[in-house]
Amino acid sequence: MTSALVTAAQPVTTHGFLSSSGVEIAFLLVGLVTLGAAVVTVTTRQLVHAALWLVVALGGLAVEYLLLTAEFIAWVQVLIYVGSVVVLLLFGLMLTKAPIGRSPDANVPNRLPALGVAAAAAAALVWVVADAFRTTWIDLDGAPQGTTKVSGEILFRHWVLPFEALSVLLLAALVGAVVLSRLRNQQEQQEQGQQEEEQS
Amino acid sequence: MHLLYPAVLAALLFCTGLYGVLARRNAILVLMSVELMLNAVNLNLVAFDVWLRDALHAGQALTLFTIAIAAAEIGIGLAIVLLVYRNRGTADVDRLRDLKESAAAPDPDHEQKAEAAA
Amino acid sequence: MTLTTTAVLVPLLPFLGAVAGLFGGRRAPGLVRPLAVLPTLASAVLAAVVAWRQGGGTGEHAVDAATRLTPTGSVPVDLALHLDGFAVLVAVLVGAVATCVQVYSTAYLRNDPRYPSYAALVSLFTAAMLLVVYSGDLMVLLVGWEVMGVCSYFLVGHYWETEAARAASLKAFLVTKLGDVPFLIGVFALAADAGTFRINGILTIAASGGLHHPTLVALLLLAGVAGKSAQFPLHTWLPDAMAGPTPVSALIHAATMVAAGVYLVARLLPVFAASTAALAVLAVMAAVTMVGSALAALAQDDIKRVLAYSTVGQLGYMTGALAVGDRGAAVFHLVSHGAFKALLFLAAGVIIHAAGTNSLAATARMNGLARRVPDAFWTMTVALLALAAVPPFSGFFSKEAVLGAAEHAAGGHTPGVPGAVGWTVLVAGLVTALLTAAYATRLWLLAFRGRGPEAADHGKEPVAMNAVLWVLFLPTAALGLATPYLADWFDGRSLTPGLTTSVLSTGCAVAGAAVTYAAWRRTGTLATRIPLGAVAADPGAAPAVSEAEAIASHVPAYGGIAAAPDPGDPGRLLLGPLHRHAVTGFHLDAVYAALAVRPVRAAARLARFLDREVVDAYVRGAGAAPRLLGTLVRRTQTGNVQTYLGALFAGSVVLAVAAVLVATGA
Repeated sequence: MTSALVTAAQPVTTHGFLSSSGVEIAFLLVGLVTLGAAVVTVTTRQLVHAALWLVVALGGLAVEYLLLTAEFIAWVQVLIYVGSVVVLLLFGLMLTKAPIGRSPDANVPNRLPALGVAAAAAAALVWVVADAFRTTWIDLDGAPQGTTKVSGEILFRHWVLPFEALSVLLLAALVGAVVLSRLRNQQEQQEQGQQEEEQS
Repeated sequence: MHLLYPAVLAALLFCTGLYGVLARRNAILVLMSVELMLNAVNLNLVAFDVWLRDALHAGQALTLFTIAIAAAEIGIGLAIVLLVYRNRGTADVDRLRDLKESAAAPDPDHEQKAEAAA
Repeated sequence: MTLTTTAVLVPLLPFLGAVAGLFGGRRAPGLVRPLAVLPTLASAVLAAVVAWRQGGGTGEHAVDAATRLTPTGSVPVDLALHLDGFAVLVAVLVGAVATCVQVYSTAYLRNDPRYPSYAALVSLFTAAMLLVVYSGDLMVLLVGWEVMGVCSYFLVGHYWETEAARAASLKAFLVTKLGDVPFLIGVFALAADAGTFRINGILTIAASGGLHHPTLVALLLLAGVAGKSAQFPLHTWLPDAMAGPTPVSALIHAATMVAAGVYLVARLLPVFAASTAALAVLAVMAAVTMVGSALAALAQDDIKRVLAYSTVGQLGYMTGALAVGDRGAAVFHLVSHGAFKALLFLAAGVIIHAAGTNSLAATARMNGLARRVPDAFWTMTVALLALAAVPPFSGFFSKEAVLGAAEHAAGGHTPGVPGAVGWTVLVAGLVTALLTAAYATRLWLLAFRGRGPEAADHGKEPVAMNAVLWVLFLPTAALGLATPYLADWFDGRSLTPGLTTSVLSTGCAVAGAAVTYAAWRRTGTLATRIPLGAVAADPGAAPAVSEAEAIASHVPAYGGIAAAPDPGDPGRLLLGPLHRHAVTGFHLDAVYAALAVRPVRAAARLARFLDREVVDAYVRGAGAAPRLLGTLVRRTQTGNVQTYLGALFAGSVVLAVAAVLVATGA
């Protein structure tokens, strides 16, 4: 596995391990910020803060996409994640009457198993990835890989059928959300009726 | 750029999200952690796409699809969470224990008696 | 109707009556009594017709008929009839006694809810006995033999509400089966030797000395005979079987079932005669049985137990007669004893009902019981005289025939029978004659000459019961008149009393009676001073109810099923230190308990222990391990999705690492 991947990466010897170009340093720094923001997201006791730190993490990822020359994806990331998903999540928090400020029971009482599983998974993944791609470099010097033009061309030339299928999926999600909320209303009415009957 | 940087970052982000899924009680926070995991995968897709210089840009296309699906997922997921919250009065994942063996199940003593009678 | 057809009908009619009674008795209560009495009566009449037409005699006079149902592959089994003087006369006795018992039962068990099944079982029993009597084939005879055992079990246990009846029925069944196992082996051995189950064929071969193991076969058969005919040492079931209803005692344990063993030996006498050892064993068995049972009878308190031990003793006379090779005398005594013992039992049933107790200690404290039941008093007096062999009643003649045969053998005049055998039987017979007279006198005095308060009036005795007593009174009193003619019906040997034995035995009887009377005069005054007794009074109910209550109350009232602590008992004075042992039948039951019951119980406990503790341990272990596993698995089912997810990811990581390690060959 390692050797196969190594042979797949052609320009092997032209880079030192820490031949730090500007892009790499920027990637590293943004990556650290992203990771830090993600860690705060999953550990903070303030629920709204978690959502806001998620914005930072997702935004950092958008920057990483830019650094990897995937321009279109970066904007999509900003638009959809930062723009809509986080807003949705904030609405969710609001509608479930999440407490503002520190909530002591944001995490499960015993976090050790979770931490253990996550750490073990991290160790395993990092070990495997590091072992596999120790000597692999990305050549970012050529034509940009993900300009809007390129993305549009391949998307509507080669991936048009999945794209259309995806639109159906989104429609289904839309209808599903509507159905769920309608069911909710009916059930609420029924439950209220039952409660009134019980009270009377 | 060294491929290890995005790959390791993706792995660590994924595990952070994993920790969040396992450690968070609030269902919305769990959903956030799921988003983190999805994004880690996206980063991997983009990085490998760029590295391999795929002619079809499969990685980027797939990333776009993933983002769209994630958006749909978050919509449906939030609707479900809200429904649960309305029904149960809580959005805590570890309080939704309907799968647990309930007290109404046959208790061991009763089984023993039944065995003795048989 | 030919003779054979008539003879076939004799056992068949009661059998059909039994089947009809068993299946139709509940649906048609009005038919139960006719179904019980009429087939038995018809069978008795037909038996008499068969006897008349056959005309007695053995050997070439005998009538044989056989039909083979199906080939068995080896020794053939035939449905065979063998009618000779013995068979036809015993059949008449069985039919007559069974009819009397059925008539008596209609009154005795008047309102009994289980009367239909009871009557059907009595009919079935009668049919089985008649089958044994008429059968010319050992296998067919065995069928009747075993059917009798089963019926006896059910009938003795008729009052199954009482503990004594339950125990007695089981005991009767088990003890007779204990004898039947060697009996069955003996029948097979005999058939293997002779090559046939037909009694005629066996006798022909035995006469020509063709049997290879006559002693072994005879001893094996003897075990079954001892069980069925209640001979020492398998007699213990018979006294206990008195826990059954009185008519059952009269039918089964006096006239028929116990007679089957004696009858069988009489039929197969040449086989026994082929072995001197078997005859000697038979003689010793008879002697021990006679003397021991007479002593035990002298100590019993239950009136029916006295009669039961007396039955055992009289059967001893019959086996004694067989031991000296005179089956004519044996069967003569069987017939006369069947008549007067049935009468004694039935009269005892009347007394138990009238007195409300079966205890002689209680009746000894009642005045005027004889005036309450005059019919029973007179018939029983005569029957007791017959039992004590006082001339001119039937018992005298038949017992004289036995003693005469013994004297004949003691003098060495009987070929094939050693003189010692004759002497054993003769001496034991004379001693028993004395003892028999003693216990008969004791029974009569204690039952009818009680002193104390007037006996309570428990209502008039039913006519059916009294009438039967008088019917049986006829042969009891007058069968002796037939003595000169009976010899021709049997083997032709003279049955008339000899002078020496007559004087001796009558002298013994008179002496025994006199001694008992003297003892009673001495102890009788004690009886009036010490009150004792419990009386069960049910004026409105059937006589059987009183009897069941009397049986059930005997142990709590008198401290034992056999004895009563009565100082006014002449038997206590006569027996002296022997009394304690005689009451329990000389501790034979204790010996059986030590030899058989306790080891079996210990084995049962061991088997129970092995089953509960050893075998079940594996079963429980096999159940416990999965249960433990289930408890553990159940504990993981918290219902928390995050726990499941955590476990899922942990497992995935482990698998992934393992896969990588395997792939890289580390």
